[in-house]
Amino acid sequence: MIHFQQVCKRFENGHEALSDLSFRLESGEMAFLTGHSGAGKSTLLRLIALIERCSRGMVSVAGHNLNRVSRRQIPYVRRQVGFIFQDHRLLADRTVFDNVALPLVIAGLGHREIGRRVRAALDKVGLLDKERRCPVMLSGGEQQRVGIARAVVNRPPVVVADEPTGNLDPELSREIMDLFERFNQVGVTLLIASHDLELISRRGHRVLCLDRGRLVRDTPPQTRDRQ
Amino acid sequence: MTRRVGRANAHTAKQAGMPRIGPLAALHIWLQRHAQVSLESLGRIFSKPVSSLLTISVLGIALALPAGLYLFLVNAQSISEGLDGEARISLFIKENIEETKAHSLAETLNQRNDIAQATLITREQALAEFQQYSGYAEALEALGDNPLPHVIVIRPDASAMQPDAIETLLRSLRADPQVELAQLDLQWVQRLHGMILIARRGALVISALLGLAVLLTVGNTIRLEVQNRREEIIIAKLVGATDGFIRRPFLYSGLWYGLLGSVVSLLLLWLAIGLLAGPVSDLSRLYQSEFTLLRLSLHDTAILLATGAFLGWTGAWVAVAQQLRGMEPR
Repeated sequence: MIHFQQVCKRFENGHEALSDLSFRLESGEMAFLTGHSGAGKSTLLRLIALIERCSRGMVSVAGHNLNRVSRRQIPYVRRQVGFIFQDHRLLADRTVFDNVALPLVIAGLGHREIGRRVRAALDKVGLLDKERRCPVMLSGGEQQRVGIARAVVNRPPVVVADEPTGNLDPELSREIMDLFERFNQVGVTLLIASHDLELISRRGHRVLCLDRGRLVRDTPPQTRDRQ
Repeated sequence: MTRRVGRANAHTAKQAGMPRIGPLAALHIWLQRHAQVSLESLGRIFSKPVSSLLTISVLGIALALPAGLYLFLVNAQSISEGLDGEARISLFIKENIEETKAHSLAETLNQRNDIAQATLITREQALAEFQQYSGYAEALEALGDNPLPHVIVIRPDASAMQPDAIETLLRSLRADPQVELAQLDLQWVQRLHGMILIARRGALVISALLGLAVLLTVGNTIRLEVQNRREEIIIAKLVGATDGFIRRPFLYSGLWYGLLGSVVSLLLLWLAIGLLAGPVSDLSRLYQSEFTLLRLSLHDTAILLATGAFLGWTGAWVAVAQQLRGMEPR
């Protein structure tokens, strides 16, 4: 579902953010991406989101070779990947409902279908009763859950999250991770960047560890030992 | 356009688990979406009434000026066209010529191919007419003797209306020894024509400049709006919005601005015509004319509205295209 093949990303200032990076995430897999800040986690996710293009190698997401995606095709590829940002990136002047509905409006769905799906997504993240609120009226954890609902509302095959629990306390982080696991159980492929090693290790999922732009460790899934 | 949306839907349906929808349903959704976006854009304009009103007033004035010029030219033309058919040559007969001789001269002239009609106005008739209209009745009476000559008014044939032919006709008329003076009334009509032609060119230039002003005004307004909604645009791009999707609300804003601007210009014109109609009809009555001020026809009104809407839309398009290029997610 996500395939990196000898990917290099060198910025114009000469800094090499990713070097010779290769890995493959199969459909339905869930993996964490770790490494200290500056290791290249964000750059890797930005390549998947087509915010950046790789300098060498090949990135493929949901069957698209991203090197061959033209500027005009970018939106259609992005619709197949749900993105979750550390800073949520919600529209402050729109209601929770409108925020979550955005990908569906963009995809051109009808009113009734949008209403049905948005409520289903909000139900999944436990915010059904807050659809008329504005994001600023919500707590950080709730805002993040709105962001998650928006990322999954159009049922993309791939969901990518950049430090989704970065600003949350351990209890909320655990809830968010539970949520991700539930999506994974229904077949969504997930790649979650996080530096919260303790949280990651407890989950027992596959872990990709980056260091200065190189993949230094690829830990396979462990048998879970949930408390 | 519809087809493209349909295709986009099929595209996402195949790849992201979206439901397949028929072309009719897609059209319905597309129309629904456009209605919604256009109303949202209108709502946005009304949500900041002061600045919107300022913008719309500027647009209204910029559109009213060329429309007003056009109206002025249409009126001027209707005057000159009324006169065109009446291009006349006045033949003043020498004082010592008898009325019967003048009559026979008129008869002869009537036979000519290049003359449609030659009518004699005897000095008595001319005097009567002059007394009736000029208000100099008393002065003329005091004069005692009739100072007016016989006049033959000649309406040239349509074939002789060209400047060269008229010139030839004039020369041959002047050659007649009974004729004191042959005067062409066409000259001032031609001059008026020339002036209108120049005025029309000028109006075209002014209209183009003011059209450009409308384009730039809307463009600048939309540019600011795009910048204010930068974050929203980037988020929409991140969740898969096409440029077309992002452009749409701004294009509708431009359309509304242009349309509302032309409504204001219509009001201004209406006001101006209302102020001018009275004096103009007074003046034309002094000239014994039935002339009434021409107003904008329904057709002209539709063109003005469409022009405003088109200029607004185009201005918005240019502004958004130029702004969006620099707005990629970072």
